[in-house]
Amino acid sequence: MSQPDAKNDPVQRRLELSSNPVSRLERMMEIRLVEDRIQDLFAQGLVSGTTHTSQGQEAVAIALASATRPTDVVCCTYRGHGVALALGIKPESVLGEVLGRQIGCMGGLGGSMHLSDPDIGLLPTFAIVGAGTPVAVGAALQFATNQTDGVAVSVFGDGATNIGGFHEGLNLAAVWNLPAIFLCENNLYGEYSPIATTTAVTDITKRALAYDMAAETVDGQDVDAVLATIERAVDRARSGAGPTLIEAKTYRYVGHSRSDKATYRPEGELEQWLARDPIELFAAKLVANGELTEEGVQTIRQHQHDLIDVAAQTALASPPGSIPQMFAHVLAP
Amino acid sequence: MNQAITRAIADEMEQDPRVIVFGEDVAVAEGPFKTSEGLLATFGPLRVRDTPISETGFLGAAVGAAMTGLRPVTEIMFIEFMGVAFDQVVTEAALMHYLSGGRFEVPMVIRASVGSGLGFGCQHSQTLERWMLGTPGLKLAVASGARSAYGLTRAAIRDNNPVVILEPRSLYGEREDVDPGEQSIIELGTAEILREGADVTVLTLGQTVRVGLEAAESASWSGEVMDLRSLMPWDKKAVIDSVRRTGHLVIVEENQYTGGWGTEIASHVMAKAFSDLQAPVLRITAPDVPVPYGLALEQRFLPSPEYVTEQVAALLATKTAPEPWWEEFA
Ligand SMILES: Cc1ncc(C[n+]2csc(CCOP(=O)(O)OP(=O)(O)O)c2C)c(N)n1
Ligand SMILES: [Mg+2]
Repeated sequence: MSQPDAKNDPVQRRLELSSNPVSRLERMMEIRLVEDRIQDLFAQGLVSGTTHTSQGQEAVAIALASATRPTDVVCCTYRGHGVALALGIKPESVLGEVLGRQIGCMGGLGGSMHLSDPDIGLLPTFAIVGAGTPVAVGAALQFATNQTDGVAVSVFGDGATNIGGFHEGLNLAAVWNLPAIFLCENNLYGEYSPIATTTAVTDITKRALAYDMAAETVDGQDVDAVLATIERAVDRARSGAGPTLIEAKTYRYVGHSRSDKATYRPEGELEQWLARDPIELFAAKLVANGELTEEGVQTIRQHQHDLIDVAAQTALASPPGSIPQMFAHVLAP
Repeated sequence: MNQAITRAIADEMEQDPRVIVFGEDVAVAEGPFKTSEGLLATFGPLRVRDTPISETGFLGAAVGAAMTGLRPVTEIMFIEFMGVAFDQVVTEAALMHYLSGGRFEVPMVIRASVGSGLGFGCQHSQTLERWMLGTPGLKLAVASGARSAYGLTRAAIRDNNPVVILEPRSLYGEREDVDPGEQSIIELGTAEILREGADVTVLTLGQTVRVGLEAAESASWSGEVMDLRSLMPWDKKAVIDSVRRTGHLVIVEENQYTGGWGTEIASHVMAKAFSDLQAPVLRITAPDVPVPYGLALEQRFLPSPEYVTEQVAALLATKTAPEPWWEEFA
């Protein structure tokens, strides 16, 4: 079994992604394996509460992390393990947080829905639908006010586009011409409801028309396509050309949360999406390009497996959050 | 408890065609907590609807529907989500009757799951009665199990005012015998004595009802355990009468110390029954911190039966309010 690379701090992990396509494959696998492991830990009764995993949506998280800098800001949702790992938080820190252990990125006090690390620009993930969008606008306002070239990204689901805060946030970003990116992971469902039953437009980018905002739709299972799309939005933002709404069409393989068996899906839908798995698609592409061999892919997969085994052990060995910690950080000094 | 809530709504829908139900995933999926099983099948899509994730939109729609002739029963999945729609609750729903000189009524119900104990973290674990406490024009009740949920829900649907009913989430799966029918409707604003006792009145609400009962079961003191059931209005007479009998009042709250519902009760009892009290009113609450994640910490956060037993014993022995466990950290 290989040891986790201790030098790999979150910022390093982030920077590596931008420079190396193979690392993007590795890290998509990492997300998948960590989330599978989280589900196992719940199934074993080692965790209470709930968790929202994103198997099937890894390409969006990895593309986001590859297209942005640790000095940019990201506001994400409760379905945030993938984004947190992609941005750089280490697997043991995500697993530890879900387990309520001190090694967790919030010392075990936040849980699965609340992951954060200021070093990589991840604000605490938001468990209230829509809450992160205006907050991202505020971070963009900061960049604009200080006239730096930072970018703020709000990551949210299709269902979140029906809440007032989303619309207020987009309008504000448009009228103030802020360096913001609104990145929608349209996974076709908000909780147990298919998008068409709750949302007047099923193409989320149509919402951008109302705010006269640049918008792009992209295949969310194709990491390179998502990366290129986010890069264009980042360029617009950094060059003062204003905000962009991006809709990545994607899918979550599992239910909304731990207790959801996803019986509301039409037969065959999951299989269709599994056939376009973002990890498999990208692995095949790297093999076709000659950047990796089939064996190389297998080796990477096994290596990631081993790393996550170690990370899980490390997390499980960490003590639970402590009582004095409950009283720390309620108010700033 | 979830079955009792469903039954209460169904019984009212049966009798009154103006009653409609909407909320996130309440129709096709029959409720995130299974509190609307069978309603869509029985009453059809005109009366049972799924909403988008648009709390302001659908609570506002409930206000308008209620003012113009329907009796909407809405669901806020976790009480925190009411935050995004607060205007519609405390500034619109609560004030429409007053602002129309009594000519409009707003007969709507907002049901919301509340409370800690299930490991959902700090944005999904509060009770938040205090958000609404003291809002003229609103009624507020809290269920403590299947029986009270049934009775309060039916009363709320019949009430001509906006009523918020809080449902402790950890109790949805709890089973208790309920005798459905008119006789089980609970008048809003009435408390219930669940256990008689001579030494101390233990006033509880929602999830702390069980805590108070369990504490009294094994204690050396004789506790009169009351379920307050409603906060607006609250049963001043029942509480004062009990305090007159026992001479002691202990209030067990799930919320944080500052601004908890018990402050309201304590101040009133102090004003009206000061000479009957043999010791200060004791409020047993959570500390003034967000609800922590992690089962052990969360259990520590909530007052436990053992802790209540000890605190009450200390109060009775010393006639002074004991320090809370968290004093050393505060
Ligand atoms: C204001 C608010 N309302 C409701 C919820 C409950 N809730 C959590 S996730 C969710 C579905 C969100 O769907 P979507 O935005 O498509 O994101 P996805 O979960 O599919 O990633 C709902 C209704 C919430 N957390 N906050
Ligand atoms: Mg969705």
